[in-house]
Amino acid sequence: MQYLLLLHAEEAGFMRMTPEEQQQGMAAYMAYTEALTKAGALKGSNRLQFVATATTVRVKDGKTQVLDGPFADSKEQLGGYYLIDVADLDAALSWAARCPGARHGAVEVRPIWAM
Amino acid sequence: MSQAAGGPEGKRFLRPVRQSVKAPVTEQMTPNESDQQARATADAVARRSYGKLVAFLAARTHDVAAAEDALSEAFASALEAWPRDGCPANPEAWLLTVARRKNIDSLRGLRRHELASDELLSTTTLVQAAPLDGEIPDERLAMMFACAHPAIDASIRAPLILQVVLGLDAKTIASAFLMSPAAMGKRLVRAKEKIRQAEIPFRVPLPGELSARLETVLDAIYAAFAEGWTDPGGTDLARRELTAEALFLARLVVHLLPAEPEALGLLALMLHSESRRRARRYASGEYVPLAQQNSSLWDAEMIAEAESLLHQAATLAAIGRYQLEAALQSAHVERCRSGHENWAHIVKLYDALFVLCESPVVAINRALAIAELDGPATALNAMPDESADPRLAEYQPYWAARADLLARACQYDEARHAYSIAIGLERDPAVRTFLERRLTLLMG
Repeated sequence: MQYLLLLHAEEAGFMRMTPEEQQQGMAAYMAYTEALTKAGALKGSNRLQFVATATTVRVKDGKTQVLDGPFADSKEQLGGYYLIDVADLDAALSWAARCPGARHGAVEVRPIWAM
Repeated sequence: MSQAAGGPEGKRFLRPVRQSVKAPVTEQMTPNESDQQARATADAVARRSYGKLVAFLAARTHDVAAAEDALSEAFASALEAWPRDGCPANPEAWLLTVARRKNIDSLRGLRRHELASDELLSTTTLVQAAPLDGEIPDERLAMMFACAHPAIDASIRAPLILQVVLGLDAKTIASAFLMSPAAMGKRLVRAKEKIRQAEIPFRVPLPGELSARLETVLDAIYAAFAEGWTDPGGTDLARRELTAEALFLARLVVHLLPAEPEALGLLALMLHSESRRRARRYASGEYVPLAQQNSSLWDAEMIAEAESLLHQAATLAAIGRYQLEAALQSAHVERCRSGHENWAHIVKLYDALFVLCESPVVAINRALAIAELDGPATALNAMPDESADPRLAEYQPYWAARADLLARACQYDEARHAYSIAIGLERDPAVRTFLERRLTLLMG
């Protein structure tokens, strides 16, 4: 069963960190990614650029609307994701709890709709 | 399960049993007799094995709703076939065979759009891959862990367990939890969908995580019991029966996990409460506080069982919330029976309980015990502060306790004010009458 781990965090928090702290943070993510890979659970993963780069598109009455900014303007922003393949929700939740993102933000776990 | 608390006739298993039945003729029995026998057998199986059959069917597919539907159809088939062909030697196996076939049919049909064909094939294999001979493995506990999973909304866990393990219908559950049947039905459907779509596992957690996860199961069972208690007069049938159902579930957990002290503690706590049901109301329906209860009306057998469970839990040497609450009940019973004041012991138990769960409810009860030991002024200082926790402003027991303590401290104006608020917040008319009487005494 595949699950998408959506990493939400306050971007400003990252900017406030010292370069050393940022490096430590990156190392934690690399270790986590490595662990997922070793376990054979990793299907895909990406970090997203800051929310300031987001553009939101809607088509209303046949007209395309393009708006600067993210879909949801919230205190915490979607900053990246992991797509994992594990046995069940418990396994997905335990990977989510290990994710560095769960410590400085929140990880939303969403089951993938199998087609 | 030797001591399973029986459920209400006709309330449980409504869906399977109330199907129309053709009454064919057999040589041995009149149509009416064979019809009755089939119904009696179906009802006995439902009582004994409903949850077991649902759990077994759903454990492999994670689809509780489909398992319930399939089983319901199997019961309907049984009520047609059994009067005609006689009751099978192993009715559970008969029902399981039919239910499995229906389950596969429905997976093939209704859910085709969600399942790829190879997945459908493996699901079909899963549904079939289980022994039909002999004992059906008991996966009710695994199903309860799925229903009380942290990923399921806490407030729907108790109703969900009542439905899937005991077969109570949404209408009965809704009335017990003071919710509209439609809203309850919707929330139950949503919870079952989450179990299926997110693949919440049907599994008893490993020893390392068992006690933390067991807590949510026990909390759900206690929530069902507490809902039953909100009508201790027993005027509302659906609610009174809920305490029996909750006791059945607690016994089931103890039976399946006999070495879990908190499960033993919960059952002991519930038995203690239940033992005093008949003493909690005067014949006129008025509320009787514990200190004034006639202890000869208490159920001595239940109390003895609760005490023995509590001893058993103590040997396992892992204290917890339910054991402490049961120990408190035990101490109250001991005091009322012997006449020996044991408030110092009771305050100590409340102290320990407050360390475990720092809830305002515990703080209020602890303050009431302190009043007995050190007087109302000390107790008032120990009461939680309503400015610190705004939920207290509409919590009836807070105002009733405050009113009582203020009256005992001779602060009559404030006591009257607190009684008025408590009366305004109370939904049980018997308790309201009791509080009104106390207020009138202060007026005189």
